[in-house]
Amino acid sequence: MNSRSKPVNQKAWLLVLPVMLSVAFTAILPLMTVVNYSVQDILSPERRLFVGADWFAMILRDSELHEALWRQVVFSLSVLLIQIPLGLMLALSMPTEGWRASAVLVVIALSLLVPWNVVGTIWLMFSRTDIGLLGVTLQSLGIDFNFTGDPVDAWITVLLMDTWHWTPLVALLCYAGLRSIPGAYYQAARIDGASKWAVFVYIQLPKLRGVLMIAVLLRLMDSFMIYTEPMVLTGGGPGDSTTFLSQYLVTMAIGQFDLGPAAAFSIIYFLIILLFCFALYNWMQRIGFGNKEVSK
Amino acid sequence: MNPGKAYRKRSFFLVVYIVFALLPIYWMVSMSFKSNAEILSSFNLWPIDFTLDNYIKIFTDPSWYGGFINSLIIVSLNTVMSITVAIPAAYAFSRYQFIGDKHVFFWLLSNRMMPPAVFVLPFFQLYTMVGLMDTHIAVAMAHMLFTVPLSVWILEGFMSGIPREIDETAYIDGYGFVGFFFKIFLPLIKSGVGVAAFFCFMFSWVEMLLARTLTSVEAKPIASIMTRTVSAEGMDWATLAAAGVLTIIPGAIMIWFVRHYIAKGFAMGRV
Repeated sequence: MNSRSKPVNQKAWLLVLPVMLSVAFTAILPLMTVVNYSVQDILSPERRLFVGADWFAMILRDSELHEALWRQVVFSLSVLLIQIPLGLMLALSMPTEGWRASAVLVVIALSLLVPWNVVGTIWLMFSRTDIGLLGVTLQSLGIDFNFTGDPVDAWITVLLMDTWHWTPLVALLCYAGLRSIPGAYYQAARIDGASKWAVFVYIQLPKLRGVLMIAVLLRLMDSFMIYTEPMVLTGGGPGDSTTFLSQYLVTMAIGQFDLGPAAAFSIIYFLIILLFCFALYNWMQRIGFGNKEVSK
Repeated sequence: MNPGKAYRKRSFFLVVYIVFALLPIYWMVSMSFKSNAEILSSFNLWPIDFTLDNYIKIFTDPSWYGGFINSLIIVSLNTVMSITVAIPAAYAFSRYQFIGDKHVFFWLLSNRMMPPAVFVLPFFQLYTMVGLMDTHIAVAMAHMLFTVPLSVWILEGFMSGIPREIDETAYIDGYGFVGFFFKIFLPLIKSGVGVAAFFCFMFSWVEMLLARTLTSVEAKPIASIMTRTVSAEGMDWATLAAAGVLTIIPGAIMIWFVRHYIAKGFAMGRV
């Protein structure tokens, strides 16, 4: 994409206008409402008090939320450490042409199109120790697996579910990236007698830099926002061992209707995600994955 | 290591993953053909008393099939609206330079970073205020939050793949902008529109937090009807499994149509 050769035309803004309006309605207006609520105590629609940063201070001091934040960070890190390498390996082993390529693509993409609470439901049915295939199999192997009672088992199940659900996204992104590497690169490597590992490190990985970045950021954001799947699978339990940040926010906003604290929490939550994405983005740019190609 | 051995090793890994990907789905499909009694009484790897009762129940009970209809309406509205606003914007981004173009593009994408949970509260307020609560259009519009940026991104990639000479030739041939756009340009990027529609479908069909917040009775999508059943008298596992199977089918059909372009869609986007 060579943007320098594109003609300058300010009228193009008119074409962008519909998008701007729709996003203004779905994103900007609600965001302003959140900011507005976060600094007020809303006793009733008519009676509101300006409370400044009180809600923020309250949320930041909430020890329950601190724990949830830690759980969330550990969860997202585990997700990245498992799903990125796994997705990459999967993309490398997917067939490249013929009916096999189509079939594998369809089978792999399937889990992405399952509604999120159905994902939870599937795994609930699959892991139950009395009626689920996974639960019963593990039990009969003599493994004391119980995801509703044991926090470690609950964590493993939630992680496994998320891996099942989202690794295909990483795989599809990497697969697309791999397909866009020109065949000449591989021929050159073959002439040089490069090993498979060398091809991976010096050709494939640098070329995948862009898609990997997107994959890491998407997985980071989405795992940080996870709500529906663990809610259905474990309900946040046992205890609150699998209760993540979104669950607290939803309880606060919808369950208890604490508008002020929920709004303050929303803003802090959003800033945390933004901060993590920004940090990771910069870090991934710096480590550079080998050669620094000038990507669009 | 010789190449044949490496190939076998990779195929083995792939097969293991595919089994892992399909087992949970198989289990749900198998449960959907069992009765509740069979599910709870004994552990069978496949249905012994094969029954279609669960599917019959869903297709005859309006509170069940109504949910599917609502979901389909929501997703169609969302896809049409998202693609409609995204196409002109993507064309602008792919063909012209204008003040703030790059900033707007990235700002659009950053909307994807906001957790839907952040918007639960203001959406509830906003849509109540404008009187759109519990309508299909409310959910469709809320979902535009993440489908529009994605559509613009994907369409822009496909459009940039089409040389600008095509535009110029068309004008020389006497086409006006509108004629050129609908008669020549759109047919050229129809696979891009397909992929973008696929992603709109994907994110709108699966999303459930906002959909649940914005609906109560009239426009309730199938996803929230299913959660309601989870807490109802005991667990109606069999019906739940059948409903789950039915929610996967539209997605599977969608993938089949765009299977040749999915990977391309990712590769062409402005990554």
